[in-house]
Amino acid sequence: MNISLFDVLGPVMIGPSSSHTAGAAKLARTARIIAERPFHRVRFGLYGSFAKTGLGHGTCKALLAGAMGLSGDDERLRDAENLAKQKGISYEFYEAELEDAHENTAVITFYCDDGSTVEVVGCSVGGGRIKITEIDGLAANIRAESPTLLITQNDRPGVVGAVSGALAESGLNIAIMRVSRETKGDIANCVIETDGEIGADLVEKIRRLPNIRSVRAINI
Amino acid sequence: MYNTIEELLQQSAATGKTLHRIILEEEMALTDCDEKTIYDRMRQRYQVMRASAQKALNAPQQMVLGLISGQSAKQETYAAGESVCGSFLNKLMAMALSSSEVNASMGRICAAPTAGSCGILPAVLLAVGERYHATEQQMLDALLVAAGFGAVITRNATVSGAEGGCQAECGAAAAMAAAAAVTLAGGSPQMAANACGIALMNVMGLVCDPVAGLVQLPCSFRNASGAVNAVISADLALAGQDPKIPADQCIDAMYKVGKKLPMELRETALGGIATQPAGKAYKEQLRNL
Repeated sequence: MNISLFDVLGPVMIGPSSSHTAGAAKLARTARIIAERPFHRVRFGLYGSFAKTGLGHGTCKALLAGAMGLSGDDERLRDAENLAKQKGISYEFYEAELEDAHENTAVITFYCDDGSTVEVVGCSVGGGRIKITEIDGLAANIRAESPTLLITQNDRPGVVGAVSGALAESGLNIAIMRVSRETKGDIANCVIETDGEIGADLVEKIRRLPNIRSVRAINI
Repeated sequence: MYNTIEELLQQSAATGKTLHRIILEEEMALTDCDEKTIYDRMRQRYQVMRASAQKALNAPQQMVLGLISGQSAKQETYAAGESVCGSFLNKLMAMALSSSEVNASMGRICAAPTAGSCGILPAVLLAVGERYHATEQQMLDALLVAAGFGAVITRNATVSGAEGGCQAECGAAAAMAAAAAVTLAGGSPQMAANACGIALMNVMGLVCDPVAGLVQLPCSFRNASGAVNAVISADLALAGQDPKIPADQCIDAMYKVGKKLPMELRETALGGIATQPAGKAYKEQLRNL
């Protein structure tokens, strides 16, 4: 048997839909971790079934709650609008026009306090599982099923080795590692899925390595 | 190792182990977790299930359009008096309706195997567990059996309404719950398999036709009838009825029937009661909100 009992009895979630509610919350929560900086405004572009049937499934509430860091089994999901008001976060939903996108796709734009914006695109693929497909216009492939490190680095020899060395020193096993770049010698993106939780000390250690531009850890 | 109900039964017969023991050991091997970790996680699921099955019994839940708000409390009140089916089945339905209401109102539930069918297993477990004075350990063991059967259905067929219709969601939930009920009643592994197969036979071909695309109607009634399907299938099996068609073949048939269902009858709200005049009127109401 290759299916866990807890994939059959689970997830524990806020209803009514694992894809339109729980998945939407996880998508926005992951996007918030990627955006990293504090924000005061967030916009959600809804595409496909998210736009068509989202209202009845609480997709908007779930997205907004996720963007504020709430998880898919938090009963405060249904009060997301009030929570946003309390936190002084403004929000907006619109119907997005995308090409070749998954049925349940959202474009999430964070307006950060430092004036910058971060745009994350992702989809809810069913059963509460998600995939981040784009970060600030660059293609991505992040599922956040196991603890994941997102690293941007200068595309130089030895950087990948130094990063995997830091993980080994922390006793953390690499399950999957993907490095991608736009052009040779420019900036490269590295996604590492690990077998255990990624600690703050490890993030700090990698951040201090030469040629590292940013490090984010997704422990969901 | 098992991938079918038949393999589960063979292993149980060959080793003398109970179904829940074989299923537990399989999970330990798959996830590298020890017995305690798995029981702890199962207990957490069980607590969420119990809470959702009880929450709406005397507190109607609010939801978009409110199509099923108060159904559970109504059935719970009725269950205390005279009825056609008696208090056991009415109480069972009240609990199934409760989880459905909680789910529709953005409350916390445990998908079992899906959110739309989340009322069936908790209701059966609680009602049958109470009848047989089951300990918490026995409840968790019954849950293991339900999950093990559900894993086989997920692997060899589907539990998605969009793929196989309601027979795949509420049908699978009832089949899992029927096996759990047989376990709680002390039936044999073969009886658990028979109950699973009978439950699937009973709703073969059931379509998914949610009114206004919401997980409310007919979902709540299908959860109530799914719970009843589970307990009568358990009783049929415990009485020694032989379904003649093995459970694995019922699962395969359910999958093939699901594949043949037109798209309109697989969770798209484009057929069944969803497109009747009253169903369309609710869709219009939702659009105007």
